[in-house]
Amino acid sequence: MIICITSKGPKSTDPVEERFGRSPYFLFHDTEKGDFDPVTNKFADAAGGVGPRAAQVLIDRGAKVLITGNVGGNALSVIQAAGIEVFRYRDGGSVEDAFQKYQKGLLGKMA
Amino acid sequence: MRVVVASGKGGTGKTLVAANLAAVVACLRDVVLVDCDVEEPNLHLFFPSEKKLLPVLADVPVFDTVRCDHCGECARTCQYGAIVVLSQKNLFFPEMCHGCGGCEIVCPQGAITMGKREVGRIEFSRPRAGLTLVSGVLNEREVAAPRVIREALRYAAGHPLVICDAPPGTACPLVETLEGADFCILVTEPTPFGLHDLSLAAGVAGVLGVPAGVVINRSIGEDEIIWRFCRSENIPVLWTIPFEKRIAELANGGKVLTDEIPEMKELFLRLFAEVRHRGEAGL
Repeated sequence: MIICITSKGPKSTDPVEERFGRSPYFLFHDTEKGDFDPVTNKFADAAGGVGPRAAQVLIDRGAKVLITGNVGGNALSVIQAAGIEVFRYRDGGSVEDAFQKYQKGLLGKMA
Repeated sequence: MRVVVASGKGGTGKTLVAANLAAVVACLRDVVLVDCDVEEPNLHLFFPSEKKLLPVLADVPVFDTVRCDHCGECARTCQYGAIVVLSQKNLFFPEMCHGCGGCEIVCPQGAITMGKREVGRIEFSRPRAGLTLVSGVLNEREVAAPRVIREALRYAAGHPLVICDAPPGTACPLVETLEGADFCILVTEPTPFGLHDLSLAAGVAGVLGVPAGVVINRSIGEDEIIWRFCRSENIPVLWTIPFEKRIAELANGGKVLTDEIPEMKELFLRLFAEVRHRGEAGL
């Protein structure tokens, strides 16, 4: 299964970015391979329409879970239509910390 | 002749100048006043009157779900994030669409055609003799301000005298309003904010090749920062409106100054004569 975590940097030790559409990086974690694959978000500084376009990146990469701080309305409707589960992480820690808390079931699901 | 009243900064008195200019000129000849501030049109507050409405339509893609094979070309082409393609269906966000038609061009299956959608309306009224008011109104949540402005200007096109109240800012809506105009009145206030946005708006007029002149509003006689800018940029200062409580009270009450203060009528007529002279000579 592929999990996407929004991140301020390309490494799993970098802090989680709480914004979804304007997150500088998306870190894709493949639970079978165990690695974190960083993807630069080319829409991070775009003028508008970033949410749905960023969501398309997740869809194209086959993510089933998204861990981030918050997701805007348009992006959320895309993510829900694609059947991606969203978990909220707002503890200010690293991508690894967010992933570990997700595994332990400590993160709340976004409706 | 088409005259645009612009400012860059909001709240400097664009609408005040446009409304009064049109009101005094209407006593002499036919004039069309166009409210191009389609996100917040307010000229009608000065000229309450019965209106006729016409919708403004924009292009939007219509998806043929049988032909579409969800290849995603349209979503990759869309610069506005209005289309998302999933494996089994497409999501379309109409209020994010700019109606460019790029999706229709790139679709390899021919599954997209362009349909229409209402994004705003044009309101027409004849509030007093000689004056026709054309107001562009953009619907809430919509982004296609230039589309509505273009439509409003189209209804006024060809009239011998058109005065436009421009939107604030210096982005696409101002460019749409200003392009092809004969003269631009830049209304400013003698503050650092006023000067900052005046310099941006003057830059837009310069790039578009529209001659411009400045009206300083709310002057308390200390306008040196504006004068210095105008001298260095070689832009004439056409008039200075004093900072007076009575002017503010009348404007806030939706009153036309030139109806209430005889002296104002003379001053606005003089402004118009100056603008006409410069607009026709391309100065």
